[in-house]
Amino acid sequence: MIKINNICKTFIVGAHIVKAVDHCSTDIKKGEVVVVIGPSGSGKSTLLRCINQLESIDSGKVFIDGVDITSLKTNINKIRAEVGMVFQSFNLFPHKSVRENINLAQQKVRKRSKTEANEKTDYLLEKVGIEQKAHVFPSQLSGGQQQRVAIARALAMDPKIMLFDEPTSALDPEMVGEVLEVMLTLAKEGMTMAVVSHEMGFAREVADKVIMMDEGKIIEVGDPEHFFTEPEEERTKLFLSQIL
Amino acid sequence: MLSELFKKIFWYLCLVGIIVFLGWGLTVMTDRIDYTWYWNRIPKYFFFTSEVEKFADENGIIHVKQIDEKFSQVSLEYDSGKTDAFKIRTDSLEFKDGDRVTDVDQVGAIQVFSQGILIIGLITTIEISLYSSVLGMIFGLVAGLGRISKNPLIKGLSTIYVEVIRGTPLIVQIFIFYFFLGTVLHLDRFTAGTMALALFVGAYVAEIIRAGIQSIHPGQMEAARSLGMNYFQTMTYIILPQAFKRIMPPLAGQFISLIKDSSLVSIIAITDLTKAGREISTSTFATFEAFFTIAGMYLVLTLSLSMLVRYIERRFAVSD
Repeated sequence: MIKINNICKTFIVGAHIVKAVDHCSTDIKKGEVVVVIGPSGSGKSTLLRCINQLESIDSGKVFIDGVDITSLKTNINKIRAEVGMVFQSFNLFPHKSVRENINLAQQKVRKRSKTEANEKTDYLLEKVGIEQKAHVFPSQLSGGQQQRVAIARALAMDPKIMLFDEPTSALDPEMVGEVLEVMLTLAKEGMTMAVVSHEMGFAREVADKVIMMDEGKIIEVGDPEHFFTEPEEERTKLFLSQIL
Repeated sequence: MLSELFKKIFWYLCLVGIIVFLGWGLTVMTDRIDYTWYWNRIPKYFFFTSEVEKFADENGIIHVKQIDEKFSQVSLEYDSGKTDAFKIRTDSLEFKDGDRVTDVDQVGAIQVFSQGILIIGLITTIEISLYSSVLGMIFGLVAGLGRISKNPLIKGLSTIYVEVIRGTPLIVQIFIFYFFLGTVLHLDRFTAGTMALALFVGAYVAEIIRAGIQSIHPGQMEAARSLGMNYFQTMTYIILPQAFKRIMPPLAGQFISLIKDSSLVSIIAITDLTKAGREISTSTFATFEAFFTIAGMYLVLTLSLSMLVRYIERRFAVSD
């Protein structure tokens, strides 16, 4: 479903050239849950952001359902509507109510009527467990609630795949659970997901594949069991011993 | 608690004292140069009454009714069935009650109430500020978005516009607009003045808008784009509404400044408030009165605008 083929992305930070993503290739099949781990600065978020072109890639190709998204002929807005994204810092629209946050793109991008959008929004808010909060503004919600609204906002577009960029790392510890629970439900319903996260419990429960990145490179790929029992690379062992 | 109150009252009394002192200083100074105040010469420049001759429009009958020793209420009943009524100075009346009048007969002198040059100037100042604000807002929005564009052409053009306008005096821009562009493009002085002011304020608005947009967290742009919204939709629904809320105070300050800057168009002979003041001072020699008056009128304009803005800000703040 998603094919990442030998992509590179470099940033120029001051006088330094940082290879954030360095010749990475992998693929994500339909219904698969892929968890990307690695130390901070290893390029895992950049890899994720390359999938919906929030970062333009320097070389290589990304295919979503066979469509080359880096091609100039591709309408990137259409692709992005099919790829839901959840950010570390939620990025809800602070000047719009929860309902408006979820309705907006449905109406402007999917061209749904207000009634259709409202129905979808109500359904999703119930799904993420905050149906009473439709009318409030994001600043009145806790971090966990905000992140659940952000998930609902992405789901409202009926995406083919959901990208999660460290969805729980900005949350207070007691709110991590409620967000992971929503993600678990999604995974079990068969949603295709790519998750950058250090939540190894989550990875162990639902991941089909775990990718370990370091210094822009994919250094180890395997199922969660492999990572917990017999990681091959020294770097992986060291990293896992630090977070577990 | 009570001492707090006394402290406050003390400082208010000091404020009043300073104002009184300044007023006293002003009278001492004007005494020293033997200046005589003629405030009574000013009011007629707001509104004045003058007499014009009134003529009959058609053939008909005249009815006259004395109201007081000076004026009479006159009504004309034309043969066509139309009527007309007005007040006339009795000793200028050419007809008696019940007389027949014919078309274009002079009936008498009526009083008309006219706007003086101060009101005409005030209206011109408001008009020119309003038009150039609206235009300047459009220029500023386009140039502000241009300044953050990734396209070197758009970015370059916007930067040149902003730097050229901010780097040259407004009065020189007005001259260039009037004497050069005005001649080449056949602009009248009002259009030339308005365009010069609009381009001027646009450059400053562009910088305010650029700063406003850049102050919005990039995550907002990313979140909206990741939902499939295009650049234009993202700007319209997400970035600009948030940015405008933040830049409201500097933006308002800029437009208040514009009202004051508009006084410079008087140098290309547009009869705005400042030109009105100059004309009054030359024809009455009441120089101080004329300029104090227009200063007061500018203050009324700028203060009411800033009060309006404060009200709007408070309304906006509710949704935060």
